Amino acid sequence: MSDRNRETDEHSGVETTGHEWDGIKELDNPLPRWWLWVWYGTIAWAFVYWVFMPAWPGITGYTKGIRGQSDRAEVSQELAALKAQRGAGEVKLQAASLQQIEQDPELQAYALQVGQSVFGDNCATCHGAGGAGAKGYPNLRDDVWLWGGSLDDIRHTIDVGVRAGHPQTRGETVMPAFGRDQMLDEPKVADLTEYVMALSGRKADPAAVERARQTYVDQCVACHGPAGAGDAVRGVPNLTDAEWLYGSDRKAIHDQIWNGRNGVMPTWGGRFSAETIKALAVYIHANAGGADDVAEAPRPQASAGGAGR
Amino acid sequence: MWNRHHKFERHSLWLVIGILVVVSIGGLVEISPLFYLESTIEKVKGVRPYTPLEQAGRDIYVREGCYVCHSQMIRPLRDEVERYGHYSLAAESMYDHPFQWGSKRTGPDLARVGEKYSDGWHVDHLTDPRSVVPESNMPPYAFLAAKDLDYRAIEAKLTALQRVGVPYSAAQIENAKLDLEAQTDPFAGATSDLRKRYGAKSRSGTSTAIPSGSPRWMR
Repeated sequence: MSDRNRETDEHSGVETTGHEWDGIKELDNPLPRWWLWVWYGTIAWAFVYWVFMPAWPGITGYTKGIRGQSDRAEVSQELAALKAQRGAGEVKLQAASLQQIEQDPELQAYALQVGQSVFGDNCATCHGAGGAGAKGYPNLRDDVWLWGGSLDDIRHTIDVGVRAGHPQTRGETVMPAFGRDQMLDEPKVADLTEYVMALSGRKADPAAVERARQTYVDQCVACHGPAGAGDAVRGVPNLTDAEWLYGSDRKAIHDQIWNGRNGVMPTWGGRFSAETIKALAVYIHANAGGADDVAEAPRPQASAGGAGR
Repeated sequence: MWNRHHKFERHSLWLVIGILVVVSIGGLVEISPLFYLESTIEKVKGVRPYTPLEQAGRDIYVREGCYVCHSQMIRPLRDEVERYGHYSLAAESMYDHPFQWGSKRTGPDLARVGEKYSDGWHVDHLTDPRSVVPESNMPPYAFLAAKDLDYRAIEAKLTALQRVGVPYSAAQIENAKLDLEAQTDPFAGATSDLRKRYGAKSRSGTSTAIPSGSPRWMR
């Protein structure tokens, strides 16, 4: 600082910096000691850091530091360690068929754990935490399956998805929007709604059912069958049971005939390994009802969904 | 030399020049290597500029402040990679202006959420998040459905992006409106040049759309 005869302030006894702005002068108090040492410390720390950690950019690269620290290397090591940890189980899952996994209690328990964790992060978003589904998202806890409920069917559905971006995806057949696309007029859709109500054994206007008989033969039989039993190979829902994906009341059925919504399930083949999909299939199969159900899965917390369809 | 500091303190021009010199040393050392170091300019296959419809959606994302709760950057940490997929690479957001990396996650990271859920799910979820995720605390965006997209300025938007370095071709800008409309129309796949201009991954269709795999009589 300027050493030319500095002036001392009368009141505080502190030297001024010698700067003056319209009679206002600045006291030259020293910095607090602790602050100064912390500051020197950070400067020293910078040099230590440069030596140990990646720091300075150069022309062709950057200084890597003695530790050679790299987030990418670290994460790939951790992932490799994770893989090794899972290795034994994965190999067993890979070698066993789905049926063998279900029959081997130890392997099944392992598959159920893997399945539960993958389900919670990926499937619960649509199917609900407990797998009970919601309007438009099938219930996985019952024994009604749009695309078949055997272990292999479930595995295949997870793998290729439904109407998803997979070359073999399920869902070649779609429900037309009979009303919206003007294939049927409003009275015909209303009559057909009564017919579908009658199919599932509920009260319906008999005259309307009679009128809709020919429409059903012309438009619906090809997929839903003469008795409305559906077809799991093509994902055609059964119209005679109590399960309704888009709602069971008159209005909901009318709406589905009119707008013909078609569910989409993403393909998971690209996201999960084959072993993970197997584990997931075992988990879902174990959670659902059905004659060939083998064991109870660890139950996730009661689903908040549980909406009837 | 230390005695001449008053030269800087008493002449604003010298002070400005001094500040510029000091700051640009920091800038040159920290910023310029990012433009040439191999590790910061690695190429990623399959990264393309957004289609006009995607860009319009992105503008809504920015307008509604989705970045306040959602990040679009998966960090190179084991748990993140396990949950969200491969960690994000810089080049994946090279056409983002501004990028949406974010550092605040009230909701999950969205960098690789594409095709994880169905379009129908997203419509349900944006309309009423709690209808599909009961524990969600995301606000509903049902009002977005009440208003048509205003895309009169889409060519100008793409031109602006082109000026800041997004490699839109003249044909892409010229056909921006057509491409935008084509992508909302599930049946336009065969008749539009959208895929030719943006690649096979530019999906068409909306939640209510009948997918491309529909029977012949419907097309």
